[in-house]
Amino acid sequence: MSVRKSDLLSAHARAEIDQWVSRYPADKKQSAVLAALREVQHENGGYLTTELMDAVADYLDMSPIAVYEVASFYSMFELKPVGRHSIAVCTNVSCMLRGSDTVLAYIERKLGIKLGDSTPDGKFYLKKEEECLAACCGAPMMQVNHIYYEHLTAEKVDQVLDSLE
Amino acid sequence: MSEELVNIEVNGIPLKARKGAMLIEITDAAGISIPRFCYHKKLSIAANCRMCLVEVERAPKPLPACATPVMEGMKVYTESPKALAAQKGTMEFLLINHPLDCPICDQGGECELQDVALGYGGDVSRFTERKRVVKDKNIGPLIATDMTRCIHCTRCVRFGDEIAGLRELGATGRGENMEIGTYVAHSVASELSGNVIDLCPVGALTAKPSRYQGRSWEYVQHAAVAPHDSIGSNIFIHTLRGKVMRVVPRENESINETWLSDRDRFSYEGIHSDDRLSKPLVDGVEVDWEIALDATVKGLKDVIVRQGADAVGFLVSPTATMEELYLAQKLAHGLGVTNIDHRLRQADFSDQATAPVFPWLGQELEELEKIKAALLIGSNVRMEQPLAGHRLRKAALAGGRVMFINPRDFEFRFPVVAKVVADPVGMVAALAGVAQAVAELKGESVPADLAGLTAGVKVSDTERTIAANLVNNAPATVLLGNLAVSHPAFAQMRALAGFVARCSGARLGYLPEAANSVGGWLAGALPHRLPGGKPAPAAGLDARAMLDSPRKAYVLIGVEPELDCWDGAAALKAMQAAEFVVSLSSYASVAGYVKVTLPVATFAETSGTYVNAEGRWQSFQGASKPLGEARPTWKVLRVLGNLCGVQGFDYISSEDVLAEVQGVGGSIQPDNSLGIGQPGWQLFQADGLLRVADVPIYAMDPLVRRARSLQSSPLAQPAEVRLHPDVAQELGVVGRDRVQVRQNGVAVDLPLVLDDSVPRGCAWIPAGLPASVVLGPAVGPVIIQ
Ligand code: SF4
Ligand code: FES
Ligand code: FES
Repeated sequence: MSVRKSDLLSAHARAEIDQWVSRYPADKKQSAVLAALREVQHENGGYLTTELMDAVADYLDMSPIAVYEVASFYSMFELKPVGRHSIAVCTNVSCMLRGSDTVLAYIERKLGIKLGDSTPDGKFYLKKEEECLAACCGAPMMQVNHIYYEHLTAEKVDQVLDSLE
Repeated sequence: MSEELVNIEVNGIPLKARKGAMLIEITDAAGISIPRFCYHKKLSIAANCRMCLVEVERAPKPLPACATPVMEGMKVYTESPKALAAQKGTMEFLLINHPLDCPICDQGGECELQDVALGYGGDVSRFTERKRVVKDKNIGPLIATDMTRCIHCTRCVRFGDEIAGLRELGATGRGENMEIGTYVAHSVASELSGNVIDLCPVGALTAKPSRYQGRSWEYVQHAAVAPHDSIGSNIFIHTLRGKVMRVVPRENESINETWLSDRDRFSYEGIHSDDRLSKPLVDGVEVDWEIALDATVKGLKDVIVRQGADAVGFLVSPTATMEELYLAQKLAHGLGVTNIDHRLRQADFSDQATAPVFPWLGQELEELEKIKAALLIGSNVRMEQPLAGHRLRKAALAGGRVMFINPRDFEFRFPVVAKVVADPVGMVAALAGVAQAVAELKGESVPADLAGLTAGVKVSDTERTIAANLVNNAPATVLLGNLAVSHPAFAQMRALAGFVARCSGARLGYLPEAANSVGGWLAGALPHRLPGGKPAPAAGLDARAMLDSPRKAYVLIGVEPELDCWDGAAALKAMQAAEFVVSLSSYASVAGYVKVTLPVATFAETSGTYVNAEGRWQSFQGASKPLGEARPTWKVLRVLGNLCGVQGFDYISSEDVLAEVQGVGGSIQPDNSLGIGQPGWQLFQADGLLRVADVPIYAMDPLVRRARSLQSSPLAQPAEVRLHPDVAQELGVVGRDRVQVRQNGVAVDLPLVLDDSVPRGCAWIPAGLPASVVLGPAVGPVIIQ
């Protein structure tokens, strides 16, 4: 009868989380929090809500604030609605030396938005402050929806972004 | 475990240190000061502030003293150039983002950052960039936040996790954007929340009620004892120009450790309540003391002469001091009155003749945290005696098996190994089941005088588990809480609990309700006993009987009968029907039945003594003068004694009174062992829906009921009806906001809440609240429509 906050989680999300939980000792369920948040964010169109974080907390027997801490710490979690396609341009040292500033400026112009914003049609999200993604040898680089694109030029950026639905 | 010691040397001084201890523990004990922010002896080690860096010989870098275990032969320098440079460096970083608002900060003058900065900070900042600003959070009426001042020591976060048992504060964000807060705005709901105010080394978390009221160096500090639960927490009262401004804990490892419950910390606001009385009242009109005292003596004598001393009843608050309780009974007996009681919320007195001289905890508070198995009967210990709850929590986290038989599935922030949640009838039956199971395990038979209770009980698995845990673990304890005392079959529960304890080898204990519940027994504020537990020649009426068969006159001492007695409705009726009621109270009564009100001091304005749950006598001096013409209760009683012509009321000071009580009660060794049951006892029965009431944490006595900030905090409970959803279904009230509650022929409308922590067969309706006063006893049949 009683309603649990974790009821919000889909069967698929639960299965996915359970699979992660099974990798850790029984009393260390919270180790699966990153995987759980990633899955839940993915199902929710790329961002987390408080309700979803509460659901994860309930599911993993954590206090909600402990989940908020994790979700707000890691830059791969979004806590506000964002565009469908997430574009993260690396601006750390190697990429910067290889012209990431120009790449970023180009994308901002192309999409007509600033770093940290989403396009009004909800298609693109230009993610803030992505640090070195460990692809320095391909600098400058960006990550679009988990996929790395390296040696960026204006043409390459056009090609990648224009091909997205 | 024998303690292994190692030899270390700090600043050239040789020290012996417990192996595995952190350096800072050893230097603290030796009085060598090392600056620190994140380290706190009652919390886990975070080692995140780096203020405690010291030089250790042969270590390449300075090491944090709070996280460096001592080792044989270690040589430490806390003030060497290297150590000082490290400490100054840390300080500089900490001050980079800290605002320079000490002049308007409540923590100023008692701020760890300020103190340490004085010693280690530079006088000019080299930081010219922008300082970070953090938005303040609203975390409720008790704690004010100024989060820009936070230095991220995480003491408050660890407190929630490790002590309060619920992590509500956390550090969200990262790096420059890290903030301490709740993320989702809400009021922090813990019975111990105020402790983060003391823990916070800076002015980020300060006490909201006393905010901007004074500067710490202006306050005068007075040692005192907290006046609510039976823990007897040690406190300091801080006054400014004679006015009580705030209360903080006074460390006492064997009582409250470094902590204080919110009730004890913030209840002082009740001292300044709007209805505080500064002059005596007769018929609601302010008069001089002389007139009021005359009216009192005349009123009492009048009733006694016409109707006999038996027509008078004395109700004394269990938060009254020893001196007050003692003088109250002396006055009563001097007038020939035997109807006197302080057990206002007890329902069943049938076994009082065989009750212990004073029912006590059965052990020391410190022992509670080492308990291996505990059965609590009728106890919401977290709300009733918060710091006993904290000790039990420590025991539970260390693997102790804490178990309950309760009329509601209360939330405990520690693992509960087994619990029976049942209506009052089921509670006694469950206890009988445990008794039977213990007897079986030990191969004994239940004594004949209890056999009527255990005959035919079917022992459930839970009851068997409880029994096995008590039998197989030592030390073990069986504790009776507030909801056992207010149970209509308390005698049966006590007898069964006594047997369970004796047979299983556990200690029997009580979690007394109020600051001086224990003292009331010793001082003789009882109808059947004299001071020191001697039997009275003729027993008078107990607190319940005095209301059920109303008296003609009442003397109320610190009591608001309709809110403080077991049956508020009966109390109100009895008062209204009485010819003469005199009330020694700090507050003007709104009830209208009081003929004479004598304004008396609150706990902070009088000297006195409380005896806590352990039987520990603790005396204190007044911290401020009583308001206006109010006088300490013991003095008022002294004058009344003299005016009534009672012998032996020539005390000069409260110490004289104390010496007299101590003479009769001071050396009594506590002993909870019981006279036992009654042959032919039948298990307690009741039909239909039963009201069950607790007294909400902030409704237990007149003072806390008037503490404004506590009343608006999330733990303050409103008057409402809580029903199990199934019961609501049966009654056809699902979906209703309010229902009509009828008890003893009186009906009120109360909000309805569906709550599956309430057992079927019960309607949970708290007592001690104005809106539920007109209803009847704390446990009794009720009709809901
Ligand atoms: S609010 Fe106070 S106690 Fe909490 S982390 Fe900040 S400085 Fe430490
Ligand atoms: S700096 Fe851009 S990937 Fe490493
Ligand atoms: S006190 Fe040691 S690091 Fe904070």
